[in-house]
Amino acid sequence: MTERAPQPTTAAANPPVQPLASNLLPSDVVRISATANVPAPERQLDKVAKLIDVSKCIGCKACQSACIEWNDTHPAIEENVGVYENPHDLTPEMFTLMRFSEYENPQGDLEWLIRKDGCMHCEDPGCLKACPAPGAIVQYSNGIVDFVSANCIGCGYCVSGCPFDVPRIHQTAHVSKKCTLCSDRVAVGQGPACAKACPTQAITFGTKESQIALANERIEDLKSRGYENAGLYDPQGVGGTHVMYVLHHADKPGLYAGLPDDPRISPVVESWKGATKTVGLAAIGLAAAGAVLHGLFSKGNQVTAEEEHEAEELVVKTAAVQPETREEL
Amino acid sequence: MSHQYSAPGDHIESTKPVTVSRYRGITRLNHWVTALSLILLAISGLSLFHPSLFFLSGLFGGGQVVRWLHPAIGIVLFLSFFLLFLQMWKLNLPRREDATWVAHIGDVVQGNEDKLPELGKYNAGQKFVFWAMTGLILLLILTGLMIWEKQVPLWEPYAPWAATIPARRIALLVHALSAVGIILVFILHVYAAIWTRGTLRAMTTGSVTGGWAFRHHRKWLRELAKNRKAPDNHNTPAE
Ligand code: HEM
Ligand code: SF4
Ligand code: SF4
Repeated sequence: MTERAPQPTTAAANPPVQPLASNLLPSDVVRISATANVPAPERQLDKVAKLIDVSKCIGCKACQSACIEWNDTHPAIEENVGVYENPHDLTPEMFTLMRFSEYENPQGDLEWLIRKDGCMHCEDPGCLKACPAPGAIVQYSNGIVDFVSANCIGCGYCVSGCPFDVPRIHQTAHVSKKCTLCSDRVAVGQGPACAKACPTQAITFGTKESQIALANERIEDLKSRGYENAGLYDPQGVGGTHVMYVLHHADKPGLYAGLPDDPRISPVVESWKGATKTVGLAAIGLAAAGAVLHGLFSKGNQVTAEEEHEAEELVVKTAAVQPETREEL
Repeated sequence: MSHQYSAPGDHIESTKPVTVSRYRGITRLNHWVTALSLILLAISGLSLFHPSLFFLSGLFGGGQVVRWLHPAIGIVLFLSFFLLFLQMWKLNLPRREDATWVAHIGDVVQGNEDKLPELGKYNAGQKFVFWAMTGLILLLILTGLMIWEKQVPLWEPYAPWAATIPARRIALLVHALSAVGIILVFILHVYAAIWTRGTLRAMTTGSVTGGWAFRHHRKWLRELAKNRKAPDNHNTPAE
């Protein structure tokens, strides 16, 4: 039996050369889509996080290339439409995308804000809440939210459930796709491919604790250099995320290609997946059971022989009264 | 021929005993296609509605099949119901006697038909089912198209606002609520058709007994009696 891989603490280290067994086990799953009773895991993995320091990003897209390579996706070659974004949007073949925003700050200077978009690995994932297929979305105790294509039915509910507009449905494979936080690398002690590839270490990876500490150092530095609103983006509306940003303008996340100010699972989704289901199912069950029971015990509304007779009389009398209105056959 | 209370195909088939033709073959076929679609839609839809019912998707070959089959049957339901609608809407318009009927709902439930007004082809309960089905099917097709992931690009250029994620969330909620509503109406419809003995044959063989028509839809029977082309002592086909 090969040794189990250690939990990764950084993306920078080189991989071990000896074969290692996966350390992300089925028993490490804490949430499963469309599944009520998930057994409590035997162990708690260290919570992990990827930190994206927007202030350090140079927009080179090495992360995008690394993502394509590691995940073996094949994004279509598109037209240049005059912006740096390429492809035009997240797609089922492109799990992460550099989004470029031009911002004229109050001093009248142009700031070029570059944000690496992709799944945020929410602590409270809206995609998982919306999903109707048991086991199509799972969350591990280290915080990674992963899509399991074998169980996915391609319905697209996760697209509506996600507060960050992340999942994309593959038009031919009919399954939903997004960033996995390189769960297959993390399982063997490696950090995500994008973090590994980043030349400026704008993307780092480790325990969530270590990444928050790193973020705080960076924020202090940014503040000392005049970015007084620098801060960490770890939105509590979704319970915090396992992909976090250091933003120079943390007071206005919307500047960064529409990053939501206060993301949370939409109340519409909450009521659809909450009260609607329980009340709806109860109403249908009660109505069906009531109808069957009542149907069994009631004699029903019977037509009497008397009424059959009266019908005959009515028809015959009508015929006698109105011969003149009748057309010939 | 007057058709204030009856549909063009309705007629008295025989007089001894009286049987009345209520639905033509084509209307019955139309009805059963609609009914079958609705049942398949309810079962396949419920499999996605609640995790405890996901196993129902197995009846269709799994969730991947339900994903496309459910909306495809939805289109069949919509078209099929539309044809029924064209045949039935006029006689389902509300009339004054419907208010009296509703006011006497206690007598309806107890089967005291003698305390109820004389009615045309449909009573207020049947009209309620008809219009509820009409409204809910409209809601279901509209929201269904909005949440049909694969086909959204078909209509998105014409109504981009309806393809946004906030709009689709509302569509999902409304679709689920309307589905619950239409299933409840469906249960009411089936229950009423069975409880009112002698009704089912109207949709199987196509005819009802004269007594049934006299008891439940006397104005309809009166009109058909007046419309009858030949008096009963002439040779009608049934004799
Ligand atoms: C009239 C046309 C209809 C269309 C186009 C339609 C379409 C859809 C679509 C696209 C979905 C999402 C899952 C999927 O991709 O298959 C869905 C879900 C659903 N449909 Fe329909 N549908 C229609 C009618 C109905 C009817 C008549 C019922 C009930 C009898 C129904 C009940 C449901 C239910 C319960 C769900 C699951 C909703 C949830 O997960 O909360 N649908 N429908
Ligand atoms: S498309 Fe999304 S919501 Fe639907 S089954 Fe797949 S993961 Fe779940
Ligand atoms: S960002 Fe969207 S897809 Fe990613 S975990 Fe959160 S809800 Fe799910």
